[in-house]
Amino acid sequence: METLLFLILFPAVIAVGMLLANQKKVRFAMVTAAAVVIAAASVLLLAVYGMQDLILFAIPSEPVSRILVIIELGLAAYIAYLGLRFRNYLAIALIAVQTALIVAFEFLYAGDLHPVNNLFIDQFSVIMALIIGIIGSLIAVYALRYMETYHTEHPEVRNRQRFFFFVIFLFIAAMFGLVFSNNLQWIFFFWEVTTISSFLLIGYSETDEATRNAFRALTMNLLGGIAFAAALIYLAAVDPAGRILELDQLLASGEAIALIPAVLIGFAGITKAALMPFSTWLLGAMVAPTPVSALLHSSTMVKAGVYILVRFAPVYAGTLAGVSIAMVGAVTFLVASAIAISQSDAKSVLAYSTVANLGLIAACAGVGTPMLVWAAILLIIFHAISKSLLFLSVGTVEQRIHSRDIEDMEGLIVRMPKMAVMMFIGIAGMFLAPFGMLISKWAAIEGFVQAPYGLAFVAILAYGGAVTVFFWAKWMGKLVTVARYRTVVEDGFRQERWVPLYTLTTLVAATVLLFPLISSTLIEPYVFSIYGTTARLSQANIAIMALMLFLLLILPISFLLFRKSAKHLPPYMSGRTTTPDMQFLGSMGVAREMTTRNYYLTAYFGEKRLLPVGTALCTGLVLASWLLAGVAA
Amino acid sequence: MNGLLGALLFILLAPLLGGLVAGVDRILTARMQGRVGPPLLQPFYDVGKLFEKENVVVTTAQNFYVLAYLAFIVVSGALFFAGGDLLLVIFAFTLAHVFLVLGAYSVHSPYSHIGAERELIQIMAYEPMIILAAVGLYMVTGSFFTGEIAASTVPVILYLPGVFLGFLTVLTIKLRKSPFDISTSHHAHQEIVKGITTEFSGATLGQIEIAHWYENIFLLGFIYLFFGFNPVLGIAAIAITYFAEIFLDNTTARLRWQAALQSGWAAAAILGILNLAIIGYIMGGA
Repeated sequence: METLLFLILFPAVIAVGMLLANQKKVRFAMVTAAAVVIAAASVLLLAVYGMQDLILFAIPSEPVSRILVIIELGLAAYIAYLGLRFRNYLAIALIAVQTALIVAFEFLYAGDLHPVNNLFIDQFSVIMALIIGIIGSLIAVYALRYMETYHTEHPEVRNRQRFFFFVIFLFIAAMFGLVFSNNLQWIFFFWEVTTISSFLLIGYSETDEATRNAFRALTMNLLGGIAFAAALIYLAAVDPAGRILELDQLLASGEAIALIPAVLIGFAGITKAALMPFSTWLLGAMVAPTPVSALLHSSTMVKAGVYILVRFAPVYAGTLAGVSIAMVGAVTFLVASAIAISQSDAKSVLAYSTVANLGLIAACAGVGTPMLVWAAILLIIFHAISKSLLFLSVGTVEQRIHSRDIEDMEGLIVRMPKMAVMMFIGIAGMFLAPFGMLISKWAAIEGFVQAPYGLAFVAILAYGGAVTVFFWAKWMGKLVTVARYRTVVEDGFRQERWVPLYTLTTLVAATVLLFPLISSTLIEPYVFSIYGTTARLSQANIAIMALMLFLLLILPISFLLFRKSAKHLPPYMSGRTTTPDMQFLGSMGVAREMTTRNYYLTAYFGEKRLLPVGTALCTGLVLASWLLAGVAA
Repeated sequence: MNGLLGALLFILLAPLLGGLVAGVDRILTARMQGRVGPPLLQPFYDVGKLFEKENVVVTTAQNFYVLAYLAFIVVSGALFFAGGDLLLVIFAFTLAHVFLVLGAYSVHSPYSHIGAERELIQIMAYEPMIILAAVGLYMVTGSFFTGEIAASTVPVILYLPGVFLGFLTVLTIKLRKSPFDISTSHHAHQEIVKGITTEFSGATLGQIEIAHWYENIFLLGFIYLFFGFNPVLGIAAIAITYFAEIFLDNTTARLRWQAALQSGWAAAAILGILNLAIIGYIMGGA
């Protein structure tokens, strides 16, 4: 239990320390040391609790709950203040409703509620803690150099780095709290802290766009928060003793009681995981400095959303409301993947791909069979690793070539070879065999085939998967184009930047070999503890995938074969005279440079065309999930 | 053990068989066009000649991607004939094609660039149907493993006529036959010079050709899965299908990429999903 408390409290303490650290040197030392300690503590957590099933910790809910409520009210007042300052009355209205619910809960029920086991740990929480602790820390370290450069490049942005790192560590603390809390009231508290942290980080640059997008993220997440608060009141009304506020008790209480709160909290999960119709807040979050995007997309925020959905998967399993939530995820997966084709901004492609993959996780959780829960947890792990690597890569490239348009990344393999290779591996991790995301998609297909209503999901996966190949592969293609006569611009980055990138790249490859171990020691026992049965891929397939990875690793050796002897010629230009840098004489005697540009197929896959469809469908499905939950209860 | 033998036989015999099929293809095509056509072994002569050509590249990296393409085509085919998991076979197959696409991207050339993107569009067009075909085979035979599917005594084709027709539609794309040979064609300067293979020559082009032979044998093997209950019928179905593809190739004009994408997706939606929904309903009810 000490490790749990340490992981929640230590980042919070560091956060306060960051506010005080007014020197660059001190900040660098503190962030690096804290990152090492947090990562080490999460590994220690694995060593201590990794081999055990659910352990509950009975710590008194008072006065902690009382303190948390007071902090919540303080935060609400802060939001209301910001809402007034920026004239965002919707945010004020939503925070008012939410506060009213919390106050009602406190006055009507809280006195009699006595949840006993307020903290817990099981294998799923260990996995989440590892993701938060290791990837979150790496991103924090990366952010040190990034923010330095960011402020040199953006002199107009007020330098609030102390505040920035304060929020980053607060965020990490809240995430730990969220995955360790068994008391739903506490989960709700940490839930709200992550909402506010992301709001503050998105608005960091204080431009109009940033402020607007920050408020959009805030209002959408407050909407989810209101549903969460409503679920708390519902539970308190059902069981005045408050034992049912404990997550493990609620999950064990059966569909009749648990379905309505599960759907309400699932709605909060949908908003936080930026599924449609709420995907726009995550897209808007791109305005934040890139480490923030990396954090939101990989180890925090959206992962909290899918974490809660996967937690409630056993309640959704076999219910129509669950299928409805799963469909929200599946439609999101398909539509977001398709829109990603039409995007040329690298961060926007990454964002849509995140939305898509969160959709897939939600689809797995909503249907909720053992195989699908297994696949969902694998997706969470692999997505966190690959996506953080990709965001950090894009951030690094952007600071060097001053663009994050994929078209401008042409020939990166020549200009920034190390970055290009890492980005390449990150992208491969997102969609190619034998890497992680593909393994999980494969498991999802096998899982859906055997599930009720599975065919609709299989069909969506078949199309979504094909679309995914298209948008990733054309990005990869741009990276590997060997355009001649480009200069290398890679040197001069400091160690703080390379270490996280190297580590994450290694993790992408290593998880292919390690995932059977992760599965057998953590995921399978968790699934077994819930369902009494478990799932995995067959040994033969795992061996073949290891073989494929091996082949991929040795193939580059063939470069040695090609190095000598070959005669180099310029590309074929239909016999047109070209200079070595691919200039040719166009009409009217004008010299033109040969350029290539990828297909974006906007007429078919444009945002304007598809986003309204996805939004409408998913809104309908969300409403359907409430209706179906109401009918079932 | 049986699986290993299947894989080994595929690795050794598929190029021979694939080359022969290509030879027959060229003779039949010639006859349909009122020509005599080349000798049966002409594809082998052609590839043999390619390997004697001078080693010319635009960038050295392109050779690597083509080698990887060949390697993973062989892996996916070997896995298929070893009785492996059909989904894994499909994923390895996609990986192989992504390598070919990257090879074409790696040379900074307008023609191979367009070919590469069209190849990607083709992948996007055929993949849903292939996945659905695998799922259909699983629903009927209860297994994703090709060994078990082929050995199943269930008359699969009777359950999956729609899926089979849908598979044939995307097979045209995969065999690089008209009307869907949009990413590269057998002859240069037909549409976009030679598309994805524009910048490959000599031994590298020879490797692409051999990979294509491997690929064709694998795809023809896929047809067999629908007829595993009766091997004679299976072989006949393969022969008839391939003849029909050659016929189609010679009687249709090349369509635009939009048509390829729409055909592939419509085949999956109408023939594939509908078929699966019906058998899902029947089997669920029974």
